[in-house]
Amino acid sequence: MLWYTIRRLLQGLITVWFIATATFWAMHQVPGDPFVGEKAVSPEVEANLKARWGLDKPPLEQYWIFLTNMVQGDFGISFAQESRSVNDIILERFPVSAILGILAIVFAGLGGVLYGALTALYRNQWPDVIIILLVIIGISVPSFVFASVGQLVLVVINQLIGFTVLPVAGWGDISHMLVPALVLGLGTMAFLTRLMRSSMLEIVTADFIRTARSKGVPAAQVFSRHQLRNAVLPVITVLGPSVASITTGGFVVENIFGIPGLGQSFVLAVQQSDYGVIMGTTVFYGAFLVLMVIIVDLLYAWIDPRVRLE
Amino acid sequence: MISDLGVNDIGTYSFKRANVDLDREEISRPSLSYWQDAWLRIRSNKRTLASLCVVVFMVLVAAFGPSLWHFEFDSQDLNQTSKAPWSSRAMTVIEPYTPWVDRPAVSGWSDTGGPTNFEVVGFPSIEFVRLTWTPVQGATRYTVYRTIVDPEDGPFGLPLGTLIGESENAYEDRIDLEQDRYWYSVEATFADGSTASTTLPVEVSAATTLAGAIESQWVDSDSDLQPGDTLKTPWHPLGTDYLGRDMLARLMKGAQISLFIGIVAPLLFILLGVVYGSFAGFLGGKVDSLLMRFADFVVALPFLLFMILFKLVFGIGAGESGILPMLVALVLLSWPAAARLVRGQILQIREEGYIDASRLLGTKTPRLILRHMIPNTMGVILVTFTFAVPSTIFTEAFLSFIGMGVEPPIPSWGSMCNDGRKTMETTPHELIFPAIFISITVLAFNILGDGLRDALDARMRSTE
Repeated sequence: MLWYTIRRLLQGLITVWFIATATFWAMHQVPGDPFVGEKAVSPEVEANLKARWGLDKPPLEQYWIFLTNMVQGDFGISFAQESRSVNDIILERFPVSAILGILAIVFAGLGGVLYGALTALYRNQWPDVIIILLVIIGISVPSFVFASVGQLVLVVINQLIGFTVLPVAGWGDISHMLVPALVLGLGTMAFLTRLMRSSMLEIVTADFIRTARSKGVPAAQVFSRHQLRNAVLPVITVLGPSVASITTGGFVVENIFGIPGLGQSFVLAVQQSDYGVIMGTTVFYGAFLVLMVIIVDLLYAWIDPRVRLE
Repeated sequence: MISDLGVNDIGTYSFKRANVDLDREEISRPSLSYWQDAWLRIRSNKRTLASLCVVVFMVLVAAFGPSLWHFEFDSQDLNQTSKAPWSSRAMTVIEPYTPWVDRPAVSGWSDTGGPTNFEVVGFPSIEFVRLTWTPVQGATRYTVYRTIVDPEDGPFGLPLGTLIGESENAYEDRIDLEQDRYWYSVEATFADGSTASTTLPVEVSAATTLAGAIESQWVDSDSDLQPGDTLKTPWHPLGTDYLGRDMLARLMKGAQISLFIGIVAPLLFILLGVVYGSFAGFLGGKVDSLLMRFADFVVALPFLLFMILFKLVFGIGAGESGILPMLVALVLLSWPAAARLVRGQILQIREEGYIDASRLLGTKTPRLILRHMIPNTMGVILVTFTFAVPSTIFTEAFLSFIGMGVEPPIPSWGSMCNDGRKTMETTPHELIFPAIFISITVLAFNILGDGLRDALDARMRSTE
């Protein structure tokens, strides 16, 4: 297990290096520079600014500086927000996105397992049919439509009741988080429900279930101990990719609900051509996703020893 | 018996042809090829057939719709903005606007209970609403309000203007009028600060001048319509957007964009993945692990962020649609999944008995790949393709929604949703229709993918 962990971490480090390199060279190909479109600056000022940000150095040296800074945890400076470091922005924005994402994952995970189990339990009866219908909607309606509709529903509810039950936009306490997190988690929840259902149905026919039944284990116990536990395994494997898709969804949900997360700041940075923030955020997100995948892999290896031996 | 025979005793005479009963060997039923079997399975699955029909319909709409429909996707009609499909098309022809010069003279006074005889002068239309009332003795100023809900005792709504003077008795409203029912209130304020008011509901009609109608091409230029006549504005079956562009035309043009990206991008990146993956799988060894390591790296790139990065890298000049950069970015980022899949398939097939058999018969490698390996991976590749289409349509819609996709005025379902979202409380149809188009298309491709997987891929056949 230790060796497996070390190996995965090393692989992860190399991957992060690749992401950083790809980001750097991609950004280097972007036409123009941060001074295009600004009001005209004198050549001396421009030279000074370039020297300050290291833009006068040859690309390879810039790349080296960029890499060594990254290793020291310095993600650069924002060009648009004067004298703010990207670290500052990430530190301020990321916790917001993280809370939203964790809530969404919790919603999606719990909902997915619960509904998946229900559909398998009531196979081809009305709970199954209704949930499958909802799953189909969840998979085929884009998150931004859910978000817009969610907001509209909130407006109507607040109007009907006469005071603000749940705020329509903004950020603050738990009341601001519930609806955005639910909207963010819906797509993943639908996906997990479907996965859980097929996994449950597959396990019903397994030998150990038949053995347990023939031993006289009560039906409820067979369901909870043997069927459910084993069916959850495949759900855990897709949690890693789910983190990625929920992060992606966060971009839209944060923008629609006016949540000051990292996704919102990235979209803003792109609109302002704030190269420092774009680069820093991309590498940070990339590293974060790699870490998530590794954690899920380790979790899975810990639960299922067969993975370690591969 | 056999042990008695030495090797030298075996000769050609030892191998006598056994009697073969050829009739018994005959296969009485026609043997089905892989694709025939798949087609039979698809045909017997109603859901798959239905989704196939939807997909074909959408493709036809995208291919022929824009050229058949008489509205252009980018022609604006600013007199017909944000019209819902169910809103009235009738419009009254009115005289061209002239300033209100003959305002009524003051012919009497109301008492301090508030302005009386509050009424409309002339025809209340979206061009103007002219109001008059009998002034109140002792009033210092009058304030005119407008709202779209019955104010009763509540707030009067939007203050339109304040008229200073005791004898003011008329007001003309030309501020952003729409075809609707408005409640106008006129409030007299007295010297001591007390107020008294009167409210009047007014039904405002849609109206246009003849010149305006001709300019908007609602009627021919030699039309003999007189002021007071009504005309019918052109039929927009799905309404218009915030610039008065026909929604149906935009949705069909959007179908072109979304389906083009949604189908061409997966075709390209799966093709790239097939070449890459079969190379890796066939060459094997060090080359294979090196190639696949690189694929792992590309998978690890944060997809959406890099889609946006690439958009910046390629840069979009004025007048460009941004479709090509998006295609390139999608191909560059999405190929590894297909490559992994094909490599796995090739590795598996390489060990199959029929490959050995074919080799023994002397088949050369290229023919082996073309005749045996690729056809046997086609099913899986086709299924992957069908699932890649909806997710690519999603990606495109998503990017266009946050303004990082197709450039205006080219419509895409995603950017239309974004436009519609801004006015969803008053004109929800601008959001609902593009959302329905995306959802139905994505749903159809997903169900089709499920059906194809059941039909083509025996191992993945779902348990349902």
